[in-house]
Amino acid sequence: MRKKLSGKSKAVALLGALLASGWAQAQSLQLSIEIPRLKVAEYHNPYVAVWLEDESRNATQLAVWYDLGMRNDEGEKWLKDLRQWWRRGGRAMDVPVDGITSATYGPGEHKLKVALDREELAALEPGNYRLRVEAAREVGGRELVDIPLTWPLDKSALPLTGRGESELGNIRIALTD
Amino acid sequence: MKKSLAAKVLLTAAVAAGTAMQAQAHRAWILPGATVLSGDDPYVTFDAAVSNTIFFPDHVALRIDGLQVRGPGGESLALENASRGRYRSTFDLQLKEEGTYKVSTASAGLRAFWRDADGKRHMWPGRGKTADDSEFDSAVPRDAKDLRVYRGSRRIETFVTAGAPSDDVFASTGVGLELVPVTHPNDLYAGESAQFKLLIDGEPAQDAEVVLVPGGSRYRDSQEEITVKSDGAGLFSVTWPAAGRYFMEAEYEDDKAAAPATRRRGQYAATFEVLPL
Repeated sequence: MRKKLSGKSKAVALLGALLASGWAQAQSLQLSIEIPRLKVAEYHNPYVAVWLEDESRNATQLAVWYDLGMRNDEGEKWLKDLRQWWRRGGRAMDVPVDGITSATYGPGEHKLKVALDREELAALEPGNYRLRVEAAREVGGRELVDIPLTWPLDKSALPLTGRGESELGNIRIALTD
Repeated sequence: MKKSLAAKVLLTAAVAAGTAMQAQAHRAWILPGATVLSGDDPYVTFDAAVSNTIFFPDHVALRIDGLQVRGPGGESLALENASRGRYRSTFDLQLKEEGTYKVSTASAGLRAFWRDADGKRHMWPGRGKTADDSEFDSAVPRDAKDLRVYRGSRRIETFVTAGAPSDDVFASTGVGLELVPVTHPNDLYAGESAQFKLLIDGEPAQDAEVVLVPGGSRYRDSQEEITVKSDGAGLFSVTWPAAGRYFMEAEYEDDKAAAPATRRRGQYAATFEVLPL
């Protein structure tokens, strides 16, 4: 769900975030998400959703990887299997969304870069959040990894890490230029 | 084998009691294949049956010719691929509009029980017959012994949602026992609590008896029923112990019936899906 803020309050929020953290304007949130290699008879790349969730369960969408290539948008039929994401805003989203949705990825480490001055991040109120990464694989399993964080990010505490046990590997939160 | 009269009488009584218990235990349900759907114009398949075991069709198919389907915009939908088998009916629906759909069947009417001059029991309408309230005066002797007249209602429902849930289908019709969700019925999760409101003829139904049974009862020894009563505002809450599908039944009775009835009765049944967190 996007927060609808006026241009002015957006600017104020952004300024506040900058003052609070001393972030340089060009900085980005860098997420590294590992998809493990699995020994299974039938393997399909997982659907993955990444979002920030505040304590009132409001979500700021960062990424959704799903099967974009299927005929008649058949790939959208399985988005509900990312069932927490679906509940936390996925079901209200009109996919595909520029800058958020993309095709799926296979096993390996994948980097996701989101500019801190992007509208959604700039508008985030300071406070406690969770980075939530959910993965669901066709004829496979499903896993949700949470990494608690405070916003704006405290540079000295970075990188923040988390780890899945089945469908997700290492997850890392850092800042990059 | 010879049976004494006493044994025969006992046997008959046992069979009668068994039938009565069974009749009461029979549960009518409409079970969607899935309740939360994504993608363009998704299809959902449904089973509908009357059974003892939740959700195993082991008694008789539910009649689906009177089934009503309402879409999020209030539109009425026709069933696709409807078929009535011996033990269950099946049909499909295509959810072309985003939002919540309600599938329901409902009936309401008078029902009377009395004894004639010889002490023989009578009921109207007869077993398996549908009441036509306009025939009440000619069918039921008003001065009969032990005459009891009920105004009863019965409703069986379920809900499915494509995309984001909506609330329009929850509007009360004002007839019989109805459920108005406070927590959306397609947004239920294990470990969380959900609240619902029961209405009788559009007013809060206090002290309605609610029973919830998780699906898969064939694979365990006990029903694992959850029982709860509605409060003065008709509200009740349930905390879902596990993910799965649940059968819910509510019963309500009072003496606020419009003439010629003296008692008012409502039965409501619904099927819910609870997802894991």
